[in-house]
Amino acid sequence: MPIFTMRVFRGDARGGEFKDYNVEAEEGMVVLDVIHRIQATQAVDLACRWNCKAGKCGSCSAEINGKPRLMCMTRMNLFPEGDIISVAPIRTFPLVRDLVTDVSYNYEKAKQVPPLRLKPPEPDGTYRMFQEDIDRIQEFHKCIECFLCQDVCHVIRDHEELKKSFSGPRFFIKIAGLDMHPLDTVDRREFVGRQAGIGFCNITKCCSEVCPEHIHITDNGIIPMKERMADNYDPLVWLLRKFRGHKKQPA
Amino acid sequence: MARQAYETHEHDVIVIGAGGAGLRAAIEAAAQGVSVGLVCKSLLGKAHTVMAEGGIAAALGNVWPEDNWQVHFRDTMRGGKMLNNWRMAQLHAQEAPERVLELERWGALFDRTKDGRILQRDFGGHRYARLAHVGDRTGLEMIRTLQYHGIHQGIDVYMECKVERLLKDGDRVTGAFGYWRNTGQFVLFKAKAVVLATGGIGKAWKITSNSWEYTGDGHAMALWAGADLIDMEFVQFHPTGMVWPPSVRGILVTEGVRGDGGTLKNNTGERFMFNYIPEFFKGETADNEAEADRWYADKKNNRRTPDLLPRDEVARAINSEVKAGRGSPHGGVFLDIATRRPGDYITKRLPSMYHQFKELADVDITKEPMEVGPTCHYVMGGVRVDADTTQATVKGLFAAGECAGGMHGSNRLGGNSLSDLLVFGRRAGQYAALHAKDFGGRLTVDNAQLESIAQETLAPLTRAHGENPYAIQAELQDVMQNLVGIIRNETDMKTALKKLEVLKDRASKARVDGGRTYNPGWHTALDLVSLLAVAECSTLAALERKESRGGHTRDDHPYTDDTWGTVNVAVRLRSGQLQISREPLPQMPAELKALFERK
Repeated sequence: MPIFTMRVFRGDARGGEFKDYNVEAEEGMVVLDVIHRIQATQAVDLACRWNCKAGKCGSCSAEINGKPRLMCMTRMNLFPEGDIISVAPIRTFPLVRDLVTDVSYNYEKAKQVPPLRLKPPEPDGTYRMFQEDIDRIQEFHKCIECFLCQDVCHVIRDHEELKKSFSGPRFFIKIAGLDMHPLDTVDRREFVGRQAGIGFCNITKCCSEVCPEHIHITDNGIIPMKERMADNYDPLVWLLRKFRGHKKQPA
Repeated sequence: MARQAYETHEHDVIVIGAGGAGLRAAIEAAAQGVSVGLVCKSLLGKAHTVMAEGGIAAALGNVWPEDNWQVHFRDTMRGGKMLNNWRMAQLHAQEAPERVLELERWGALFDRTKDGRILQRDFGGHRYARLAHVGDRTGLEMIRTLQYHGIHQGIDVYMECKVERLLKDGDRVTGAFGYWRNTGQFVLFKAKAVVLATGGIGKAWKITSNSWEYTGDGHAMALWAGADLIDMEFVQFHPTGMVWPPSVRGILVTEGVRGDGGTLKNNTGERFMFNYIPEFFKGETADNEAEADRWYADKKNNRRTPDLLPRDEVARAINSEVKAGRGSPHGGVFLDIATRRPGDYITKRLPSMYHQFKELADVDITKEPMEVGPTCHYVMGGVRVDADTTQATVKGLFAAGECAGGMHGSNRLGGNSLSDLLVFGRRAGQYAALHAKDFGGRLTVDNAQLESIAQETLAPLTRAHGENPYAIQAELQDVMQNLVGIIRNETDMKTALKKLEVLKDRASKARVDGGRTYNPGWHTALDLVSLLAVAECSTLAALERKESRGGHTRDDHPYTDDTWGTVNVAVRLRSGQLQISREPLPQMPAELKALFERK
């Protein structure tokens, strides 16, 4: 069985360091399996989050050899035998311990998003929606909230001062999904500009690159939203809207 | 010793567990105008519900107008081999459609029919295509919808918080005591009503689709608080889990693969399920390949493919094929959709299965068959509850979802879990809120208990010597897998009980390095206590039931026995001893009985 050296970050808010563990990896193993093996045999208190082990819950985010990834979807055979593989916590969020970070920023941002408000239903009390109208939203709904996009976002990572007025890519696609919902009646543009801070995003697409669900966060979510925002400030559109009225009600 | 002051939160209703049932319960309780706390072991939105794939069973009648709650009720009862609590099965079938439509109003986007309504898919044991779904990631849609609706309802959420014990005042439950996983500090919840929505016990088996969280916490806490558990012998082994590579063994492969046209084959290429049609389902199951294949498009003139027999039947069949030497190279059988449906259909209908096999097993399911085998998936047994109110046999305690028993009888149909979570989650929230409103007297908990629970909880960290809890957990999983698995007998189960006794003793002496801050070894040592308790209950109940039925198969009692069809096995704790009793099944009224006389 091939043996790997896993260089795992150990520590807490007060500080820490990388520690090496030599571990055997069988065929098909992923990084999370190896971390579990370290827990079971060498470091019983090694902290990491995980749940489904199948890329569906988004709990086991980490930086593996510096790349933000899900540990459960990173196969060990990606690395040459004998390699040293570093596993570190996602860097953007405050460290709790070892590979576990405090991601409460994301849960705070989630609460701020103005929720869905539906149009009145059909006479039979239910709604009609067509597959072609929801295909693009279903793409956003694939999000497993691993927060890797939030981790690599330059605004969140490097600009502490902007975090108050910036939601990040996870919530841009959340908002995009609500805005594109065929039955929604809320106008979130002011929220998107002022509280979600979409203007700070400079479309480097780092978020899309790390998304384990391959959601086109930038192309299908952020860019169309920026375009709608530009619309909003267009004086001509503003004038037209004056006469025709808003389609959607402000949040 | 002077009593410590613990961080304390007071609510009308505390819900423990934030999967589908817990979230739905919390939302309903909040809607009743009471103050609600929602406590969960993981981060919000990561509970096991997220892994549900196939769909939510509800007789909406969008694809087959012939479908209605009576047909769904009948399928559910027959799937459970008539051991279900009929009233729960009735409420479930009647209320599921409205619960699905409600999710849609809260933002869920299900796949659509051509006329813009919710599309429904075929699943095992369901007469009509009945499962509302989103590709093969329905659970994710459901939990996200409930989560994002829930955070605007004024519910206080306590994430990564583990409840260790329920607290009582006299004969009623009035709170819970636990610790924050992040800090290891204790926390006390006082509540007029407590809802358990803690999921299942599947981590007690080695090959399982269940995550670290599924350690029977709710089952065990209810037991310790004096409540009855029922049907604990019935454990569902889902027929199709991944078998290769070893590290992914047990990960679920949705029944939707078969619902969408996939078929099981042995190593000779035979569709072996035709050889395993039980008498009970002969009338409604196709006995030849041509009819089975026609059934997908024409359900009126054809009978259902045996690939979609209830899960207990399919799991046993796979087990037999492998034992007879007709298995796949890695000890499973083949599940083939590649030769039966076009590639783009497969990737559209089953995107996460495609992704999962591609990434984890280097298998392209649009080109090659999958290798699958049974995996521990679900426990039918749980806290014995009143059907309408979900109240346990102890006052102030409610239970919903997988940790409650009765709804599914001896075997659950696929798709009936997500609907169960919604229907009974809502009812639990509603009746827990009502209980809180009617609560008389002062809300107090017996403080004397707290200090001893706290000391027990800290013991693995303070002992000078002791075993690694992971090693004990692994041995427990071996015991249950090998001795209380798919096929059971008295000798094996008696051996299991002896081994469990030894493991309980070893677990009580486990030791963990490190401190209280986010220490998974410590958490494992603590969860092991409830896991061992439920493993023992399950084994005792299985030993008691001397027949084979649903998710309980014995080779020393291989047949279904009518006298066992009228009782549930109950387990309860009295004066520190587990007691087993046979409880008569509630009697179904005549108008519902009539549904089973028709063909």
